[in-house]
Amino acid sequence: MSAIRVILVKDLRIELRTLQSLPAMGLFCVTTFVIFRFGLDRTSLEGSLAAGVLLVTVLFAALLAINRLFVAERDEGGFDAIRLAPIDGTALFFAKVLALFFYLAILEVIALPVFAGFFLDDASGLLPLAGIMLLLDMGLAATGAVISTMGANSRARDLLTPLVLLPLLIPLMIAAAGATEPLLAAGGPSYDGVGTWVLTMALYDLLFVLVGYATYEFVLED
Amino acid sequence: MPALPIDEAGKYVAGAYVVFLVLILIYVAIMAAKLERMRSDLTELADIAETSKEARTDG
Amino acid sequence: MSINMPSLRVMAFATVAVLGLAFALVFFYAPNDADQGFIQKIFYVHVPIAICALIGFIVAAFHSIRHLRTGDPIHDVRSYVSIHMGVIFGTAALLTGSIWARAAWGKWWVWEEPTLVSFLIVFLLYATYYPLRYSIEDRERQARYASVFAITAGAFVPLNFIAVRLAESLVHPRVFATADGGLPPEMMLTFFVSLAGMALLFVTLVRFELAAKMTSAQISRLRRALDSEAPAASASRIAPAVPADQTA
Repeated sequence: MSAIRVILVKDLRIELRTLQSLPAMGLFCVTTFVIFRFGLDRTSLEGSLAAGVLLVTVLFAALLAINRLFVAERDEGGFDAIRLAPIDGTALFFAKVLALFFYLAILEVIALPVFAGFFLDDASGLLPLAGIMLLLDMGLAATGAVISTMGANSRARDLLTPLVLLPLLIPLMIAAAGATEPLLAAGGPSYDGVGTWVLTMALYDLLFVLVGYATYEFVLED
Repeated sequence: MPALPIDEAGKYVAGAYVVFLVLILIYVAIMAAKLERMRSDLTELADIAETSKEARTDG
Repeated sequence: MSINMPSLRVMAFATVAVLGLAFALVFFYAPNDADQGFIQKIFYVHVPIAICALIGFIVAAFHSIRHLRTGDPIHDVRSYVSIHMGVIFGTAALLTGSIWARAAWGKWWVWEEPTLVSFLIVFLLYATYYPLRYSIEDRERQARYASVFAITAGAFVPLNFIAVRLAESLVHPRVFATADGGLPPEMMLTFFVSLAGMALLFVTLVRFELAAKMTSAQISRLRRALDSEAPAASASRIAPAVPADQTA
């Protein structure tokens, strides 16, 4: 437990001190929103279109973070240190999942209000939407941590990680879109069918945290 | 869409079954190529084995 | 493979027999569908192939679990071949599904058919298996990562189908549902014979591929024993090498 905390605190502290990923991710989101405004030729969005723009943007910002998740470990021998230390390799897994989860959550604290300001006429769906985003973040974090570790140890790492990750994330994105669309509906948020989608996202999160936990030792092995 | 008349439908059905057949045949072709390479490898190895046997019985 | 599995020759003959019977049933026995007419015949080749591909992926996951548990590379080989065959069958399923969509719906692809869409997503995922293996040079690590991938992807398959089903069923009618929902018994029988035939084909081709890999491994072993420098032309760069001490 404390091993997890140590690694997690290290990651968060490095991020706070150097501010490498978060500002870039934030900037990426805002710029992407602007591109969407022109690409779709729309100044306001609702329903499925709003859900699509928001989720795709967050997804690709997450890919940026995921790609960078193990850069320090890879470059400075962090993996070896973990392997040699008398701790469970899965401590690294949970620490990375939590770190990624926090990055994404903090990102959304910025991205959601900006999105609402740019495109939404009615911001009352934002609070339940934040809940959906947290579920999304957990799924992105769990899957991202495993695949990113594999990618970090391979040759074409920046290409491989998104390549393998994107199809794996499709069911999560489908469920997230299904839940987000009614919340951003034109006439105000509706909760029609959101429960089923939330359940699906929770199932996905649980499944991939378990799979990640079960297989991580093998991914870390030299 | 209403069901296509049999002559048009027949083409699509035939197409699907032909795709299935062609994929199997492509697989057979690829395996044949592999087999050919294995055969040439074995020939080469047999040559090496024979020359080394001659070298041993001569020397 | 396991001791009591019949030989490759027997399996090949059985495949030919059952598939031959299946196709005969398709064209001479099964009645025409009330809604789609003759086009529905594609169902007998498209669906069994798709089912076999998916089962192949799930089986690969189990082989991979055994691989991670025991460390024996033979299980990695079995996993690889299962996925490889699944991808090939998957290609066939997508192509035949596309032809069916074109015949029944006028377009070469339909987003309204949830099974086809789920299948595309699964196919896209397993297609990344090859670049994954290719990008890792160390054989042992390559095998381990491939196994982790196979297990993750295997878990993903049912989840994916659930998600896509939920998304599509709420809006669109099914394209490929046969009339009145249930299949008449003649169609059911034909379908099961076809499924059996495709399953036999899958297993036969897997064994065929495994036999080729074993032979290639023995050639490499022979080459090493003869102290030859050059690598065998038949050795593969990414596919797992069968350990040389395997005979079955």
